[in-house]
Amino acid sequence: MSETTKTASATVQASSLKRFGPWIGFLILLMIMPFIFTSNSAIFTMNLMGIFIIFSLSYNMLLGQGGMLSFGHAVYFGLGGFMSVHFMNYVEDGSFVFPIWLLPIFGGLIGLIFAIIIGSFSTRRSGTVFAMISLGVGELMAASSLIFVAFFGGEEGVSGDRTMGPESFGADFGPDKEVYYLIAAWVFVTVVLMYLFSRTPAGRLANAVRDNPERAEFIGYSQRKVRFVSFCASGLFAGIAGGLFAVNFEIVTEENLNALTSGVVLLMAYIGGIGFFIGPIVGAIVFTLLQSILSHYTDIWQMYVGVMFVLTVMFVPQGLTGIMMMHTAAYRMNRLGGLVVPYVRMGIPSLCMVAGIAGFLEMMHHVRGAAVGESTMSLLGIGFDTHSVMPWVIVAVLGIAGGYVMRSQAGQLKDAWDTANDPNTWQEEASS
Amino acid sequence: MFELVFFSLLNGIVTGLLLFMLASGLTLIFSMMGVLNFAHASFYMLGAYFAYTISLYLGFWVGLIVAPVIVGLLGALVERYGLRYVHRWGHVAELIFTFGLAFLIEEIVQFIWGKSTMAYHEPEILQFPLFTIYGQNFPAYKAFMLMISISIFIMLLLILTRSRIGLIIQAAIHKPNMTAMLGHNVPLVFMGVFGVGCALAGLAGVIAGPALGTFPGMAVVLGAIVFVIVVVGGLGSLTGAFVASLIIGLMQTFAISLDYSVNDLLSVLNISYDAEGAFRDLWSLSLPQVAPILPYLLLVLILIFRPTGLFGNRET
Repeated sequence: MSETTKTASATVQASSLKRFGPWIGFLILLMIMPFIFTSNSAIFTMNLMGIFIIFSLSYNMLLGQGGMLSFGHAVYFGLGGFMSVHFMNYVEDGSFVFPIWLLPIFGGLIGLIFAIIIGSFSTRRSGTVFAMISLGVGELMAASSLIFVAFFGGEEGVSGDRTMGPESFGADFGPDKEVYYLIAAWVFVTVVLMYLFSRTPAGRLANAVRDNPERAEFIGYSQRKVRFVSFCASGLFAGIAGGLFAVNFEIVTEENLNALTSGVVLLMAYIGGIGFFIGPIVGAIVFTLLQSILSHYTDIWQMYVGVMFVLTVMFVPQGLTGIMMMHTAAYRMNRLGGLVVPYVRMGIPSLCMVAGIAGFLEMMHHVRGAAVGESTMSLLGIGFDTHSVMPWVIVAVLGIAGGYVMRSQAGQLKDAWDTANDPNTWQEEASS
Repeated sequence: MFELVFFSLLNGIVTGLLLFMLASGLTLIFSMMGVLNFAHASFYMLGAYFAYTISLYLGFWVGLIVAPVIVGLLGALVERYGLRYVHRWGHVAELIFTFGLAFLIEEIVQFIWGKSTMAYHEPEILQFPLFTIYGQNFPAYKAFMLMISISIFIMLLLILTRSRIGLIIQAAIHKPNMTAMLGHNVPLVFMGVFGVGCALAGLAGVIAGPALGTFPGMAVVLGAIVFVIVVVGGLGSLTGAFVASLIIGLMQTFAISLDYSVNDLLSVLNISYDAEGAFRDLWSLSLPQVAPILPYLLLVLILIFRPTGLFGNRET
């Protein structure tokens, strides 16, 4: 008797650990991040990352969970940002008193209001019609933002000052680090809320409507209403992300609600993997890192991101998270070790090929852009003369040889992958 | 007033027919594959850039012929090795693929040609005013654009309705499986139509480049408008695309040339307003100011009230 209760409570403990463990880990990670990466630029990057995590997760509520492809999600993000920055200015004027850390709520509210207005007609259908309406609304908003100067501030946007609010938690949110904790808190709360939303009946029905709208209708749910609910929730969270953007950068411009931002959020969610809850988080982290690190070293980082995006859509539509998740079967069978060597054998030539191609592009870019007579450039700290033959030969050899060896290694990787994922051999091993 | 209407009408038709060159390819591609090609305007941009580079060495007229051919071949390659591959992941993935491609092409164009506007000009032979009415010139190049677009339109119409190839294309649109059973290579037809559609876009770019400017943003400027046309006209309907192109072309030129504002309306109605209020921009709105948003307004309204578009017979 006592033994059974003991095991029962043990399972409860184990399951609650399994349930809450990742969240506690996430919280701790958020708290200690600024102690690991202390530099100002790292804090800046992490702030942006947090904002993009919320934004791309809210986007995935549409695309991944609801099957609605939107090309105008930046509208809610941008409007949330504008609303928050206006309220920030009201606080500064003293026309009303409000803690700065709660400002993103106004962003969320305006996002929600506009999602209700626009969603009331755009969610009638999914698929191409929805995509087109979202594109039309997005362009409409971006074009109007340049006309209505009183609210959108025209070309230069609206700026504010986050430090003028009443002090809360002993912080006036002057330094970026204090803003980091503000953003981190919002990230944690909104990520939990969005996760919980995906577990509610409404979230589950969104999946059902995405996969088979007809059957969802037959069990008695209006596909339109289901999509509408997801759409509103998504608008709310996008608005919150916009509000955080306003607090972090203290300026919001037309660029934050135009088609480019809508494209970026699609890119982040897709590269990360739209089929998984954490996919957009991974995508936001990877994109922000690419943006901040690559843009440090090269002018043509956007081209690399574009290439990566197109390759992702073509060859790994399940995204980066999908690639990670592909390994769960091998992991459960304790076979990941067998994949290390094949991966290394495949990885080194691939890296060489990428390095060769990137080097070639960088040199081309440098030759075209450099002033007359200026022919020295440096890659990875190695300085050389672009007008001599040697560097071109090196990148050509790297690229071609890398590509050739990579092709020759593909076979062994596939074999290793097949053996690692073969359930039959696993049972044989277990029985012997 | 007559002068204004006359020139707006002419300019509107020139713009409209230019838009139709893009929209016709886009709508044909859509009716075949069910994919709205986001990168369509990028091919238009590529056409202009290729023609510019060719015109540096061989002159405008060679570029006029060669550049669309190159763009068409590129388009066929994209269909064969890109879209057909992505097709297995479904329609959403195809749409996202073309979206990514549009982004990538813009980056590549910036990489190769740089960010500044190219000095791509009309040939000297066409640099004269064709006629002058009320002291306003109508440039010969615009007439040339008009001529090219009209001849393309007639050619397209004849090929699609009167030739054997046109019959096969129409059959492949409506019943691809049956057409394949009859021994036609449907994937090849798809590739061909995609290529020709892109070549048309490229040709539009070649003739629009000197008039509207050759710069990396030219695809974005026109891309969304072409989408609006295809949706407003009715997806898959060539007639619809034609009518919608003219509507949008005329709407934009007239909106820019007619300088009326809400302010005028209010003063006619004897209503005064608060010049400092939060809605002050709304009261001083003028027609040229709202010209860029009119097409999108039309798009949203059409999609709400008539999702099939003006001439479409199927819902998107």
